[in-house]
Amino acid sequence: MVVDVEATVLSNVRLSDEYNVLELEVPEIAAQTKPGQFLMVKPEMGPDPLLRRPFSIFEILHDQKGNPKGISLLNKRVGITTELLFHKQPGSHMMCLGPLGRPYKPVCPPTEAWMVAGGVGLAPFATLSYALAKHQTISTLFYGARHGGDLFYLDIFERLGIRIVLATEDGSRGEKGQITAPLENALSKSPPSKDVVVYACGPTAMLKKVATLAESYGRTCQVSVEQVMGCGLGGCYSCVIPVNKDSKSRHYVRSCIEGPVFLSEEIFWEEMDY
Amino acid sequence: MDLSIKLGQLHLKNPLIAASGCFGYGVEYANVVDLSTLGGIVVKGLFLEERSGHPPTRIVETPSGMLNAIGLQGIGVHQFIQEKLPELRLYRTAVIVNICGSTTDEYAELARILSDAEGVDALELNVSCPNIKEGGIEFGCNPGGIGEVVSRVRQATHLPIIPKLTPNVEDIASLAIAAEEAGANAISLVNTFLAMAIDVETKRPKLSNVLGGLSGPAIRPIAVRMVYECHKAVSIPIIGMGGIMNSTDVLEFIIAGSSAVQIGTANFVDPFIWPKLLKGIREYAHRKDIHRLNELVGSITTEDQETV
Repeated sequence: MVVDVEATVLSNVRLSDEYNVLELEVPEIAAQTKPGQFLMVKPEMGPDPLLRRPFSIFEILHDQKGNPKGISLLNKRVGITTELLFHKQPGSHMMCLGPLGRPYKPVCPPTEAWMVAGGVGLAPFATLSYALAKHQTISTLFYGARHGGDLFYLDIFERLGIRIVLATEDGSRGEKGQITAPLENALSKSPPSKDVVVYACGPTAMLKKVATLAESYGRTCQVSVEQVMGCGLGGCYSCVIPVNKDSKSRHYVRSCIEGPVFLSEEIFWEEMDY
Repeated sequence: MDLSIKLGQLHLKNPLIAASGCFGYGVEYANVVDLSTLGGIVVKGLFLEERSGHPPTRIVETPSGMLNAIGLQGIGVHQFIQEKLPELRLYRTAVIVNICGSTTDEYAELARILSDAEGVDALELNVSCPNIKEGGIEFGCNPGGIGEVVSRVRQATHLPIIPKLTPNVEDIASLAIAAEEAGANAISLVNTFLAMAIDVETKRPKLSNVLGGLSGPAIRPIAVRMVYECHKAVSIPIIGMGGIMNSTDVLEFIIAGSSAVQIGTANFVDPFIWPKLLKGIREYAHRKDIHRLNELVGSITTEDQETV
């Protein structure tokens, strides 16, 4: 059930000059969240900025009794709203609408899960990792960023027994280059008899590369797309992506309600903006 | 307080209507909001055929507003009747279908088809969408065009007809008069304002369609002025819209001359806005000792004030 909650900011932890994590008290949303779902967030009341922005739900927070009490958001300052979120004070409030969207589907053994995160695309993999761990699925996280200082929260994944492969564009940590390189290496070495599902979240150019690799190695791939959104509920048709269809005409679907998670083979990648 | 409104044959339980293009086909919101809270829903504009709409980027936020160039993506009237209408008509809210065409024949055909469909309470004529290359705009920008479309649709249906007027004209009141003379039961205004935004780094327009329609609080004062002008010019009821964000804005439009209002952009920001608007209207009515909402329609006082 979708709710709109005035959430209290519990903490704002700076991770770097660009990244921070906000913890929000929203038990109603935390209790229902599935991996890969998102919120439409409005940090300040008033007409500027007017529209909410979509954010993947990062972690589910629990109270001492183990009940879900809130969620966190992984934020990167790029524009007006993310700038406001970078500076949001504990004790202040913000509107959170959700949980929204089609979640990732966690796989069960003997299938293995390979998560591929680019930068702030790490966000949905916290909840997905917990879900995979509950099923005791053997999982790997491929995580890439521009430089080592932008790789965060590795301890969450380590604690869950997830194998981590890192890459940075400047080579300051892990392999030098894009995360898709070690992914391809792993795909090429993985025997067809082993069932592997790939999960991806990050810049659209990365998603396209992962989708292409998954297809060429015969692996199913679930991607979480990122599009400018107006309402998050399917009302405005702003967030569409092109999908494959039999006819020659373009076919657009709303990524807020038919996504943000799609099977990569459904998407008409040639026309995806990036 | 009696919030009911009569728009000709169309009776609404309250003056709040969801604007076309801002509420999907209504069914998307059925599990999120109580649709019976709304006086009516105008569904997303329908052509005879399916339409894919424009490529992304389709929206841009602007100061106190937004631009949209969705491109009237739609499932077409037949799919709407088969797949959406049966569910939508179950909810206790008026169903107003927004229709779009490239020729007057198409509007008339849509009107005929929808007149036979069970559950349609009225037709809103999209003769003003700035987001498409063909159709709509040509009819909507002059009184002759409006008169022609409304007359043809009038012949094709007994349903209440509500042309939605474009504000991208010099004299919107003349469009209102033409609509009334041709047999419209009411008019709705305003549609979005033709506008654009440019990315200074890439030097490209921010919308894939280059141009789009501006909506949101930024346009409200112009929309209020246009409702005021049309109300002075015609007797048929006016459905006002343009940047309404709260109950004060709703009341402003009613006092200016609207019998009902549409909410579009504000619904993106707060999908649970509807009961809040009703609450605010009731509080005002209690404060002002008003018992029926239609006492307020067009009640602006301009004694001792003259427009320069």
